[in-house]
Amino acid sequence: MTDLILTPNIDNADDFYAGLLSVHEGLDPAQSDALNARLVLVLANHIGNSEVLAQALDAAALKGR
Amino acid sequence: MNKIFETPLYAYQRSPDQDAATPVRHKAIVVGAGPVGLAAAIDLAQQGIAVVVLDENDKVSFGSRAICFSQRTLEIADRLGTGRQMVDKGVLWDAGKVYFDDRQVYEFNLQPDTGYANPAFINLQQYYFEDALVARVRELQAAGAPIEIRGHNKVDAIGTHDTHVALEVDTPEGPYNVEAEWLIACDGASSPTRRMLGLDFEGRVFEDNFLIADVVMEADFPSERWFWFDPPFNRGQSALLHKQPDNVWRIDLQLGWDIDKEHEKRPENVIPRLKAMLGEDVEFDLEWVSIYTFQCRRMDRFRHGRVLFAGDSAHQVSPFGARGANSGVQDTDNLCWKLKLVIDGQAPELLLDSYSHERVQAADENITNSTRSTDFITPKSEMSRLLRDAVLDLSEHYDFARPLVNSGRLSTPCTYTGSSLNSADALNGPEVTRPGAACPDAPLGDEFLLPKLAGKFTLLTIDADAPDRIEEGGIEATRLALSVKDDLTLELKRRYLGGATSAVYLIRPDQHVAARRDNYEENAFRQAIRRATGKE
Ligand SMILES: Cc1cc2nc3c(=O)[nH]c(=O)nc-3n(C[C@H](O)[C@H](O)[C@H](O)COP(=O)(O)OP(=O)(O)OC[C@H]3O[C@@H](n4cnc5c(N)ncnc54)[C@H](O)[C@@H]3O)c2cc1C
Repeated sequence: MTDLILTPNIDNADDFYAGLLSVHEGLDPAQSDALNARLVLVLANHIGNSEVLAQALDAAALKGR
Repeated sequence: MNKIFETPLYAYQRSPDQDAATPVRHKAIVVGAGPVGLAAAIDLAQQGIAVVVLDENDKVSFGSRAICFSQRTLEIADRLGTGRQMVDKGVLWDAGKVYFDDRQVYEFNLQPDTGYANPAFINLQQYYFEDALVARVRELQAAGAPIEIRGHNKVDAIGTHDTHVALEVDTPEGPYNVEAEWLIACDGASSPTRRMLGLDFEGRVFEDNFLIADVVMEADFPSERWFWFDPPFNRGQSALLHKQPDNVWRIDLQLGWDIDKEHEKRPENVIPRLKAMLGEDVEFDLEWVSIYTFQCRRMDRFRHGRVLFAGDSAHQVSPFGARGANSGVQDTDNLCWKLKLVIDGQAPELLLDSYSHERVQAADENITNSTRSTDFITPKSEMSRLLRDAVLDLSEHYDFARPLVNSGRLSTPCTYTGSSLNSADALNGPEVTRPGAACPDAPLGDEFLLPKLAGKFTLLTIDADAPDRIEEGGIEATRLALSVKDDLTLELKRRYLGGATSAVYLIRPDQHVAARRDNYEENAFRQAIRRATGKE
């Protein structure tokens, strides 16, 4: 079973976070929501593995936390 | 209007049963001569069971209904003797376009799946499907088979007993009584049989209306499937364009629940929408317009004593994924061999409960699939719409998002996992042929595998030894001995061996796998036959 990584794993975390904010700059809330939805799908496809994805859904829902 | 709707196919004729002093008792009576009832009757008659079909009408089912028939249905139709002509008449298609809002987001070309005698699906008007089955009934009758269709015979009352079912049937010349040892109710979604027996039909999942228009276009319009999400000409809803034989195109416009049907049906309201779909300058004639309402529900159980429900009488699904007639025909495929064994005293009545278990599983699978399609096509919440739109926007730019686009998933046969008829899997083989699965076809030189498995228990050996036949409690299984060398394309190996080097399969008369192991072990296969016939 593959496990979802829940320990720090992002290269240059601050840069990524700044990048995440910057793609939302100038967007209205509806456009931002749409972008986030697309981002979730892009990332989910990259992960692919259904076990990891199921754990990610639970983690995001803060289940068992 | 198409004249096929007006041609009587089984005109009323007086039956000697109507003059009998006491009600005549038949082995099997089928209520309803729709696609499902006809398939059931042919299947039984081909197995030598005398069967009478009663229908309140005498023509093909009225109007434009099913158009998409799946590979599994065609494989069953092959066994019923009508597959070839259906495929010859049907339209094969492999290309399509998906639209979102005011633009095309992508087009696709389905790679043909090779190594099957039948295509993945064909488009064929339901009336041709029914017409072919009626022709097959006539052919069987000419050959002396015990099968009969009685037009304008409306079942009006039903009494159930331990040993039989009693029917009151109304005809143009008045009512008569008749009896059946077994009754198969294929009388459609509003099943009078179900109602007369006071049975439930629960689990409504969603309700919707669809405008169905069939248009005739002589112009050279591509034979593709076009699907629109939220188009300008049908805001917030979907639309579908699909080709049928005879230059007829099917158009489905989803209308939602709260609409004025009469208003929507008027040509002056329909035609502008069609022009928006097809292009302003495309010439077409309207052959048929109607509005259908869909619901998703099924009966709790499909067997009630000596009454067996099949097709729309037992379950109803939304149209996405073409599952209604396809699943109904598969019901009969599951039921008829079991009924034959029970009638012949070779299996306990309990075997018929497995019909209900297995086909309830299939119905649930169909309802799940069509509900998922519906949720994608008509999002039920803001977030659901946001995600759906994200999928469609991404699909315009990236391949990865296209499999998430759900405008209906093609009906594939149900694998009866967990069925009491299955034996434990004892082969390190492929998933597609695990116990409970419908056998996938495979090429064998110039021939194909499935016709060799039809209608009886088979011991399929691949590079393994086994006796030519075994008999267990009156049930005979005959061997079909193959080698991976019989199929140079290696599909047989891929579909039936996987990592194994040899295999022995016990295959049911409906071509579902009952048991498999890597070699023949007599006790295991004897036990598997007992299990597969409800004796263990
Ligand atoms: C617009 C539309 C599109 C569809 N598309 C598809 C598709 O692409 N693929 C697919 O697989 N399915 C499709 N379906 C579903 C398909 O049409 C049905 O699932 C199919 O017709 C069910 O067949 P049936 O034999 O169970 O019932 P029916 O076809 O409804 O037949 C029932 C029969 O019972 C008879 N009957 C009723 N009451 C009595 C009585 N009291 N006595 C005697 N006889 C009686 C009727 O006269 C009728 O002939 C579609 C349906 C619609 C409406």
